[in-house]
Amino acid sequence: MTLTVNGARCDAAPRPGQCLRTFLRELGWFGVKKGCDSGDCGACTVHVDGTPVHSCIFPAFRAEGREVTTIEGLAQGEDLHPMQTAFAAAQGFQCGFCTPGMIMTAAALIPEQKADLATALKGNICRCTGYRAIADAVAGHAHVAQDGSGGACGSSLPDPAARAVVTGAARYTMDVAPEDVAHLKILRAPHAHARIRAIDTRLAAEVPGVIAILTHEHAPPAHFSTARHQMPEDDPDDTRILDDVVRFVGQRVAAVVAESEAAAEEACRRIRVDYELLPAVFDPLSALADGAPILHPKDAKTARIAAPERNIVAELQGEVGDVAAGFAQADMIYEGTFSSQRVQHAHLETLGAIGWMDGDGVLTLRTSSQVPFLVRDALASLFALDPNRVRVMCGRVGGGFGAKQEMLTEDIVALAVLQTGRAVKHDFTREEQFTASTCRHPVQVAVKLGARRDGTLTAMQLNVVADAGAYGNHSPGILFHGANEALQLYRCPNKKADGVAVYTNTMPSGAFRGYGLSQTVFAVESALDELARMLGLDPFALRRLNVVGPGDVLRSYSDHPHDVEMGSYGLDQCLDLVEQALARDESVPPADPDWVTGRGMATAMIDTIPPRGHFSDARLTLMPDGTFALDVGTVEFGNGTSTVHLQIAASALSTAPARIRLVQADTARIGHDTGAFGSTGIVVAGLATERAARALKALILAQAAAQTGIAEQDCELEDGAVRAGNRRIPLSDLAASAPLVADGRATGSPRSVAFNVHGFKVAVNRGTGEVRILKSVQAADAGKVLNPLQCRGQVEGGVAQALGAALSEEVRLGPNGAVETASFRNYLAPRFPDIPRTEVLFADTYDRLGPFGAKSMSESPFNPVAPALANAVRDATGVRLAALPLAPDAVLAALTRAGRACA
Amino acid sequence: MDLNTITGVSRPTAREHLPAPSASTAFLGGGTWLFSEPQPHLDHLVDLSGLGWPALVASPDGLEIAATCTLAQLNAATFPPHWPAAALVQPCCRALMGSFKVWNMASVGGNVCMALPAGPMTSLVAGLEGECLIWCPDGTDRRVSIFDFITGAHRTSLAPGEVLRSLHLPARTLTRQAALRRASLTQQGRSAVFVIGTRDPAHDDFTLAVSAALPRPRRFHFNAAPDAATLRERLGSELSPDAYFDDLHGTPDWRRQMTLRLSEEVRAELCGGDAP
Repeated sequence: MTLTVNGARCDAAPRPGQCLRTFLRELGWFGVKKGCDSGDCGACTVHVDGTPVHSCIFPAFRAEGREVTTIEGLAQGEDLHPMQTAFAAAQGFQCGFCTPGMIMTAAALIPEQKADLATALKGNICRCTGYRAIADAVAGHAHVAQDGSGGACGSSLPDPAARAVVTGAARYTMDVAPEDVAHLKILRAPHAHARIRAIDTRLAAEVPGVIAILTHEHAPPAHFSTARHQMPEDDPDDTRILDDVVRFVGQRVAAVVAESEAAAEEACRRIRVDYELLPAVFDPLSALADGAPILHPKDAKTARIAAPERNIVAELQGEVGDVAAGFAQADMIYEGTFSSQRVQHAHLETLGAIGWMDGDGVLTLRTSSQVPFLVRDALASLFALDPNRVRVMCGRVGGGFGAKQEMLTEDIVALAVLQTGRAVKHDFTREEQFTASTCRHPVQVAVKLGARRDGTLTAMQLNVVADAGAYGNHSPGILFHGANEALQLYRCPNKKADGVAVYTNTMPSGAFRGYGLSQTVFAVESALDELARMLGLDPFALRRLNVVGPGDVLRSYSDHPHDVEMGSYGLDQCLDLVEQALARDESVPPADPDWVTGRGMATAMIDTIPPRGHFSDARLTLMPDGTFALDVGTVEFGNGTSTVHLQIAASALSTAPARIRLVQADTARIGHDTGAFGSTGIVVAGLATERAARALKALILAQAAAQTGIAEQDCELEDGAVRAGNRRIPLSDLAASAPLVADGRATGSPRSVAFNVHGFKVAVNRGTGEVRILKSVQAADAGKVLNPLQCRGQVEGGVAQALGAALSEEVRLGPNGAVETASFRNYLAPRFPDIPRTEVLFADTYDRLGPFGAKSMSESPFNPVAPALANAVRDATGVRLAALPLAPDAVLAALTRAGRACA
Repeated sequence: MDLNTITGVSRPTAREHLPAPSASTAFLGGGTWLFSEPQPHLDHLVDLSGLGWPALVASPDGLEIAATCTLAQLNAATFPPHWPAAALVQPCCRALMGSFKVWNMASVGGNVCMALPAGPMTSLVAGLEGECLIWCPDGTDRRVSIFDFITGAHRTSLAPGEVLRSLHLPARTLTRQAALRRASLTQQGRSAVFVIGTRDPAHDDFTLAVSAALPRPRRFHFNAAPDAATLRERLGSELSPDAYFDDLHGTPDWRRQMTLRLSEEVRAELCGGDAP
């Protein structure tokens, strides 16, 4: 058929059931993204005859004779469309994966729709920004600063990829077309727990185009963990690439490699599997009960499972001081149990990887990962390959939030490449993302707090039960981390934490923004709110009385030595900022008497870097043309580190960020990078960049001194040149014969602490259960804020994601443990109308440990949001909601039970 | 998404070219639902757009909405002032969880045939006591009330090969006063409760249609405008707590409470008295 795409006539024949999205991508228009493939997220929006449509649900054959415009066709040559300019100027994006669809939608809005953006953009999901930046873009508010030289740190410089993002030119994982690529599809388990007796692939193998069918018989026998950490021993080895036992609905059973997705899908449908069904358990208490089925009858020591015979992946026990004595001294004791639910990361770019053998026989993967170096190491170990024979790299990554600190696609792609010799592509569907990846650990926390009448805490005790799901992956980490900072924040002399992470026959839980803290912080901060009420104290006053101060020793539930220091302290400022913002709030509550209003706050602390080593290498090169090249291992996935790396290097090298070319996330180009997790993109990788830049500066000055004979201390680095005495030597002269190269390395130790305080004013309708946010404010102690625009975006995005988890999101399981919320239609991630503006305030501090005084600020904004909201709802209604989310049905049920609902 | 099992698409331009009934054939309206989920049981699509049905035909009898009329077309339509209940149309279109870009493609008939309890076109047609015109494969037609067309969640009375041709909103209800209320767990999210009331002031009667909260829409007619207690009693006696729909978009108990609350709001708006 004939159609016009971006002004050019095009003859091509779509397959009968093909949608316009894949048809356009096959024609090379990679700006048309796949976010959901079901018409819910808007990332694939294009115009057909000027009308915006979701191309994933638009039958391709209906484009015949029509004029299709994708993001690539929106600009007029070099002149960006005004909406593209606006998104770049407001930086209305973070990872940028939703941006092409967002811009295509916004560009088609009439003034009346722009006046009601919440409705107009409700079909475009952004998981990173919290929508404020998008609203500003559409309204034409510009925020980015002009590119400056020298003092780049501290200004809101734009993302260097901005133009690529707004024009659809940015290349994400799947935005390449390797020649002759084969497609991989997975047959997934329909049972929660079963042993595979036999797999009959004969019928499947007859499907034309099938290249290989892989089962547990093809997989290496070794067990590993999909979780990736610097030290692989941190996580239990309980997973095989393909196993002969399935432990959750959705686990891999077989993989088909075929010439087309259609053939691979058809072959999957034709595989016959003979299962021996095994008893299954779906919650930790059942899994801990006597006689429960054992999920992993493995050797505790080699698999590093705490107690396999009791389904306990990881166990935590710690005490400092004497909590029994502490409770004996208390005038008031509060006890309560708080539950946080499964939630999904819902990053817009699904997991996926493309693998091939390069010309030199190196196994090469392009993947959507936060940890390419750790994936490289894991693949080398699993397949017994020399790490130099494995290369892993990332394009721009479309969001992660922890989900991509796992190896969930690369192992099977590597196996397929090694078995077939073909280039192989495996792109998760959104349904697979929801049902067969990972989620936040559901955690139940029993809290007991004791205090003297004056409010001084005498004892704090936590008992944590975390649902690991079918595989252990990050469970030990979240258990230890979750209990750690939630207690470390308070000066109380007696603290105790007990906890278990328990296997169940459900989708594995994994790393999720906050890494265990959001669940414990919800419990502790809710409990403190109740304690304040019992004591008749203001919640801010109770915090001020008990939080650690700048001179205090940081101590959680163990006196095991650690490397966390108070590199700076801004919690006092954060408390003041939020309290003042709530006090000056003048929002008007709804007049209807069914509405009641209240205020709530909560506090959170985070160590700026994960423990046990986090390494980053950076390399800066002065090129012969006088520009710089910066190689870093860390990945850009919307965390904004690209900009900050350039700012750091530019500041150290007295140049403009535009003169530095950044290359990221390729194991072939740089020594090592533990990964972009634990909010380390700036505090570790940025520090490596700072060190490389300072080393290069020294090299440049030494070279200038050598060339001119002028003493080094009389040489000064300027933008593009060295001033040596009264001479000015262009940098190109210094690197003319050979580039100057300097390396920098950071080891992630010692670590500092960052703080977040959130405040809400809410109205709650006692007749409907609706919670309406009247005021939202968060204060963050991020040290020196290197890029205020981006840091604000990280806070807003964290708040928005946390509001989803606090108000509406829940991964629900059916009776056999299968995930029922398998689409954006059923999984209630916040849309534009759901997220209020949050006032973001920064403490004025400078960290002595971080690069240019900075601290981490990616995960932590999430953590105080849910308890602050629940505390505000408690204040409004008198009812404590101890389980998330606070959806209208749950709130109304709680009010009804308490006799506080209106008819 | 790609429907990879589809091997052929027919695009009939006349009724007699519609293919014979088959379990592996689906009629394609806007495609917004068909293409949103895997359909491995299908191998053939029949594109209804070539049949050239006029989207909207207004007559003294009422409004005939072609099954292929898009939500965008319906939303953009203007109606005569003596049809006050037509004011329901726009809010019903807006009640679709999908965006305005989905309105550009989604068809009214498709929304009704999906028989999703939350389907806003079902709510609209139920609220106005509409009727479905069905083309049978033997060339005959049949008409059925919306309350009999939808037989349950995701279930209709369409037999294999039958096509929903159009929906008829009768003038007798379009001329009534109307009010609606809707509840959802999220802002502008999927409807969990949808209540539409209509009243003819001259006759003092009152009709209430409850949808989204129940697996299928239900109609409650009162010959005389009820007071709050009468309405509450009627709903309580005819809708037991287990009559309410249970899915991820609201618990049955909340839907029950919201149905009672919103029904009373609609009643009070149209009939006065007892207003909350």
